[in-house]
Amino acid sequence: MATYSTSEFKGGLKIMLDGDPCSIIENEFVKPGKGQAFSRVKIRNLKTGRVIERTFKSGDSVEAADVMEMDLQYLYSDGEFWHFMHPDTFEQVSADAAAVGDSVKWLKDQDMCTVTLWNGTPIIIEVPNFVNLTITETDPGLKGDTSGGGGKPATLETGAVVRVPLFVQTGELIKVDTRSGEYVSRAKEE
Amino acid sequence: MGHRLNDRQTAPGASPAASIETLRLRARVIAQIRVFFQHQGVLEVETPVCSRAATTDPAIESLVTRYTGPGAPAGLPLYLHSSPEFPMKRLLAAGSGPIYQICKVFRDGEAGRLHNPEFTLLEWYRPGFDHHRLMDEVERLVGGLMPEPAVARRLSYRALFQQRLQIDPHPATAEQLRNCALQQGVPGVDRLELPHRDAWLDLLMTHCIEPAMEPGLCFVYDYPASQAALSRVRPGSPPLAERFELYLDGIELANGFHELTDAAEQQRRFERDLQARAAAGQPVVPMDRRFIAALDGGMPECAGVALGIDRLIMRLAGVDHIEQVIAFPLSRA
Repeated sequence: MATYSTSEFKGGLKIMLDGDPCSIIENEFVKPGKGQAFSRVKIRNLKTGRVIERTFKSGDSVEAADVMEMDLQYLYSDGEFWHFMHPDTFEQVSADAAAVGDSVKWLKDQDMCTVTLWNGTPIIIEVPNFVNLTITETDPGLKGDTSGGGGKPATLETGAVVRVPLFVQTGELIKVDTRSGEYVSRAKEE
Repeated sequence: MGHRLNDRQTAPGASPAASIETLRLRARVIAQIRVFFQHQGVLEVETPVCSRAATTDPAIESLVTRYTGPGAPAGLPLYLHSSPEFPMKRLLAAGSGPIYQICKVFRDGEAGRLHNPEFTLLEWYRPGFDHHRLMDEVERLVGGLMPEPAVARRLSYRALFQQRLQIDPHPATAEQLRNCALQQGVPGVDRLELPHRDAWLDLLMTHCIEPAMEPGLCFVYDYPASQAALSRVRPGSPPLAERFELYLDGIELANGFHELTDAAEQQRRFERDLQARAAAGQPVVPMDRRFIAALDGGMPECAGVALGIDRLIMRLAGVDHIEQVIAFPLSRA
């Protein structure tokens, strides 16, 4: 089993901690001039997203986590699992709801996603920063209403609800920022 | 001011990590230090960077190189000094009077925000001084380099632990120190295994005390006898090491001793260090027998201190990574 010693610690290194795969965010070398050296580490638990701190004695080693990131294409959901495919090898993996998390709101068939795999199983699904989605339902806006204000809610094909300007109508394709969940602009069909 | 060298970057890491302004500040501070010692009548000396002997301190690993040629046809391992302490004390024993040195020193395994494996040390020795009188001088030197007047606080190691952690560090067992770290919420303590009591004290010092230190200069003095290193131990209950450290804004800046002058005791400490090294699987390095011999011949009662120039410059330049005050740190060396 592969291990890493504290002198190999650096941002991005994937290690096992308390049974969960984690990613090192930051490693600080701490040592009194005439005393014990430590590694003070900030770590993100890749399953829960939680950031924790941990102190190791210099020279200690930890188990490496078999974690990799791949760009995969979203195929479909069967209600329990979300299925993704490698566009070159056609290899498929399925992610559970915990892995998909909030990304479910933006997942559209055939979109490419960044999938983090631990021991071959998806644990994080990241959607692109911007996605184009069709509005399935929104109130008709009043023509000529250009008042600043809040716009109106619109339901998208994935079920997500975003606020859009009043002039945008049902059936239109819009560009959304998935990080903020905000409308960016109208989009053209690809 | 001329154009910055950074503008001429041709390859990653080719340009200096420190700004030219910081390098000017660095040169200015080192020049001021030399003027200070000139006024005090302290002699500047140079001692070998490469030595047949190494520090025995289990907490410090030396870098090793090798000389082959006239004088050593079969090749001779040479240890890069981790501080110029032993040869400077040989000069004291030879009657040098007060001396100082500004030099690069080397430590294996140390790199981080406050560490570079080679760094610049100012080390000086004062015959006739004890550690308190030397603290006065350190305060005058460092205080004089600060942009604003600085008065140092002084606290014993015990008082520091009692104030911050409500624990007396001297009688506390490893288990009690571990529990203290648990109560303080040091992350991962429940899974941490440390080799001895002093390592637990170091954990509390670095994780709980240093980060909570008030800004400014603070001397900590009278260390546990187990952390005496090369300082004399004052008998008592408990016996205390006449050692001090200077902290600046919670960062360790200098370490000083009322120096041990007893050759037999010094040899015992070296041997104890080497046993600890062997037990821990660390390199068992040659001890400096010429230094022991010099002590045996008689070294004047004195106090000595080593001060990290890079960390001092960090504070004066207002930067928080040691790489920002070194032209070519490890990553660009």
